[in-house]
Amino acid sequence: MPVIVELCCAGLLFALALLALPASRQGWGGPIVYGGAFGVTLAACVVAVVALLGNDASAVTLPLGLPWLGMNFRIDALAAFFLVVVDLGGAAASLYSLGYDRHESTPYRTRPFFPAFLAAMNLVVMANDAFTFLFSWELMSLASWALVMAHHREEANARAGHVYLVMASFGTLALLLAFGLMAGPEGAYGFAAMRGAHHAPWLSALVLALALLGAGSKAGIVPLHVWLPLAHPAAPSPVSALMSGVMTKVAVYGFVRIVFDLLGPPGWWPGMVVLALGGATAVMGVLYALMEHDLKRLLAYHTVENIGIIFIGLGLALAFSANAMTEAAALALTASLFHVFNHMVFKSLLFFGAGAAQVATGERDMERMGGLIRAMPVTSFAFLIGCVSISALPPFNGFVSEWLTFQAILLSPALPQWGLKIMIPGVGALLALAAALAAACFVKAFGITFLGRPRSAAAAKARESDRLSLAAMLGLATICLLAGTLPGFVIDALAPVTRSLLGGTMPAQSANPWLSIVPITAGRSSYNGLLVFLFMVISASLAAFAIHRFATRALRRGPAWDCGFPDPSPMTQYSAGSFAQPIRRVFGAVFAARERVTMPPPGSTAPATIHVELRDLVWESIYAPIGRAVLTAADRLNRMQFLTIRRYLSLVFAALVVLLTVLAIWI
Amino acid sequence: MVGLAVQGMQMLLVLLAAPLLTGLVRCLKARLNRRRGPPLLQPYRDLWRLLNKEVVLAESASWLFRVSPYVIFASTWVAAALVPTFATGLAFSWTADLIAIIAFLGTGRFFLALAGMDVGTSFGGIGSSREMMIASLAEPAMIMIVFTLALIAGSTQLSTVAAAMVAGVGLRVSLALALVALIMVAIAENGRIPIDNPATHLELTMVHEAMVLEYSGRHLALIELAASLQLVLYLSLIACVFAPWGMAAAGTGAGPALVGIAAWAVKLGIGGAFLALFETSIAKMRVFRVPNFLGAALMLGLLATLLRFVSAGM
Repeated sequence: MPVIVELCCAGLLFALALLALPASRQGWGGPIVYGGAFGVTLAACVVAVVALLGNDASAVTLPLGLPWLGMNFRIDALAAFFLVVVDLGGAAASLYSLGYDRHESTPYRTRPFFPAFLAAMNLVVMANDAFTFLFSWELMSLASWALVMAHHREEANARAGHVYLVMASFGTLALLLAFGLMAGPEGAYGFAAMRGAHHAPWLSALVLALALLGAGSKAGIVPLHVWLPLAHPAAPSPVSALMSGVMTKVAVYGFVRIVFDLLGPPGWWPGMVVLALGGATAVMGVLYALMEHDLKRLLAYHTVENIGIIFIGLGLALAFSANAMTEAAALALTASLFHVFNHMVFKSLLFFGAGAAQVATGERDMERMGGLIRAMPVTSFAFLIGCVSISALPPFNGFVSEWLTFQAILLSPALPQWGLKIMIPGVGALLALAAALAAACFVKAFGITFLGRPRSAAAAKARESDRLSLAAMLGLATICLLAGTLPGFVIDALAPVTRSLLGGTMPAQSANPWLSIVPITAGRSSYNGLLVFLFMVISASLAAFAIHRFATRALRRGPAWDCGFPDPSPMTQYSAGSFAQPIRRVFGAVFAARERVTMPPPGSTAPATIHVELRDLVWESIYAPIGRAVLTAADRLNRMQFLTIRRYLSLVFAALVVLLTVLAIWI
Repeated sequence: MVGLAVQGMQMLLVLLAAPLLTGLVRCLKARLNRRRGPPLLQPYRDLWRLLNKEVVLAESASWLFRVSPYVIFASTWVAAALVPTFATGLAFSWTADLIAIIAFLGTGRFFLALAGMDVGTSFGGIGSSREMMIASLAEPAMIMIVFTLALIAGSTQLSTVAAAMVAGVGLRVSLALALVALIMVAIAENGRIPIDNPATHLELTMVHEAMVLEYSGRHLALIELAASLQLVLYLSLIACVFAPWGMAAAGTGAGPALVGIAAWAVKLGIGGAFLALFETSIAKMRVFRVPNFLGAALMLGLLATLLRFVSAGM
């Protein structure tokens, strides 16, 4: 019974959270909490892998929660896959925290909430009724909010926590309404009952919109993403990794569970909405990331981009399944879920690396780092692998999932609807644009942070990270390479998920020669990451061998050439702002970017200055007006606090009359 | 076995032909300028000389700077080895389709841009920044072209596409649009005029040359060879898709293979001549005009794809 074991694991994590309360101020508190969390999540991950491969659904009901319903938990293929994602990410973050905890200034603010956060995410994925789902969802939100507020004395963090709390409540409200609509007037809150129910088309559409709002705000779909780049970087780095790498995936789980499993088949147009949102999210996320100089905020914006890529896959799957193209739908869903896994791995890795750089330099601003590759060779190596993977470059894992998404897009001319036919090539172009811009962004992130000469005294004195953190990073880097070179195993492991949701699977990959992957048929397209990786290794070593053997291997160190005028100051290097300038010029309209250059008059020795003004149009056009409206309404209502008793009484009387009138008309 | 032989032959051929093509273009350009120019075989001599010189490494260079030339060379060579040149039926054509081949070039460029930033000079940074800006627009255009070809041939596998083109698909609007877009992308990706000038050493206009400014000796030789290989790759790609005549079919003997090699050489020669003519007759554009140029390529590619999505006959 995997579900019992997984519940025990979640219980153990809660126990660790309770234990951490008294132990959090002790020196041994960290190793116990994070070591325990590492062991438990690793065990849970193994059990989830077994459940996914064995494909045995199991359910259990605990006598808690609503009296007539109980707390229902169930593990099917979908839940098992997301448990693997949650617990693998949790195990890596726990291992990293074992080392990171020693550098933390206020570890007692992180220790109790960390295992509680992990346990809550596990429970969301296992929940089998609306009450349990929403309860765990709120627990997850609150635990992560407490972690965001770990360094609450910094003003930016307090604001991040506030915005996060508001957006999380809004998301939960939307999900609450979605479940309420699906449960119907009888209040059938169990997922099994919801699955059997039939809904009117307008009701399905409403539930889908609410699911997009609720799960989408947690995942970070544009324009609901505003809290994400504030809150994710504010938390300690291992928690940032969990929030970006894992919690957004739990949100994707929520969307998939509601739309693909509970709601029944929606028509073809929701696919169009999801595709449009996904494409916009992918490009906007990466453009915001390119303009960002704070390393952790840059990574957070990239989460927005990757969520967009995931939702493009989900939108394609919706469009295909609405037209009974089961195999194509299975391909699109597999690509999307593969990207869910990949993003968990490389985003956690990148946040770990950013955390290590932050510990080493005390900075989050890339403009004050630089040259860390010499002081931190292992960290920079692992970070580089993460950068190559997230930029969708072969032979690593990010490429495989995007390649599968492209293959799914190429199947869409067979769709009968004109709207989809015209839209999908555009979404394909957006996806390609996002991937190419991501590569530019990670050249910037790695190049400014780790390469070049140190840009500050702190960066010059950086030291390599501790061994446990390095182990966590190297472990994830290995998974990036393995999933990229042996993608067939991942695709086959996802087959039960697509079978249970769509009734079809991709062709089995294990039978292909040389472990290559064939999404549709061999004549159409195939890719072999393993051989390609070997070819690259062999040709690079061949070149190195031939040159060193038959030519020369002489080498001399000298000052940099730099066209004959090497400048001694590291301030003359290209900065993050100057690196992004060409792209800012090209896509400036998205930010209403304005540059103001002031040149001193000839002969003057005053410095020239450049002012760059970027505006967040999403915030200004949606959130700021809402904020102002709420404030105005509150101001107006404020007067009601200072009425005389006579007026209060007449107000109560008027309310009573109105209510009775409404009741009279209603009945 | 035959496939393996063809594959090995191709890997060797592209490597040997790459400097020759570069030499040919340089030679023709010089003649068009009424200069005598370097001899045809000068690039080989340059490579040999660079290979035997010691490397002068900047003091601030890290391990990445020394590893990158090998990564760039390997990824470009693997990509070039998978584009059918003189024969279809390569032994390993199924390991990567056209999207993956484009992505290999992306891996090479990623490391080249990083290497440009490694030493910590402003020229390296300027080159990397501009290269990534150009690539971020050229790559989606390329993907759109791949989409068009894939939808016409029913496959992203380059061997299958070539076979379909040999069999004949007729004249199509989308193919014409894709050809124009592909030529524009090829010019941008290879850093030719009007996007970038491979012969320039005027600092503020450099893109590719600025990135490799700190390289010397064997490292520079590898990077130059990779650049030549990339030019061969793009010309072979255009030839294989839009002029597939004379290519040996899979499993035919040595005779057709020889014909194929001769045909390929002729195609490369014609492509190189056109490139030289084009580069001589046009001026380099400002960096901030490049987005317009590549935006046009992207729109052409998108239009071609859209036509294929909307109608199977276009």
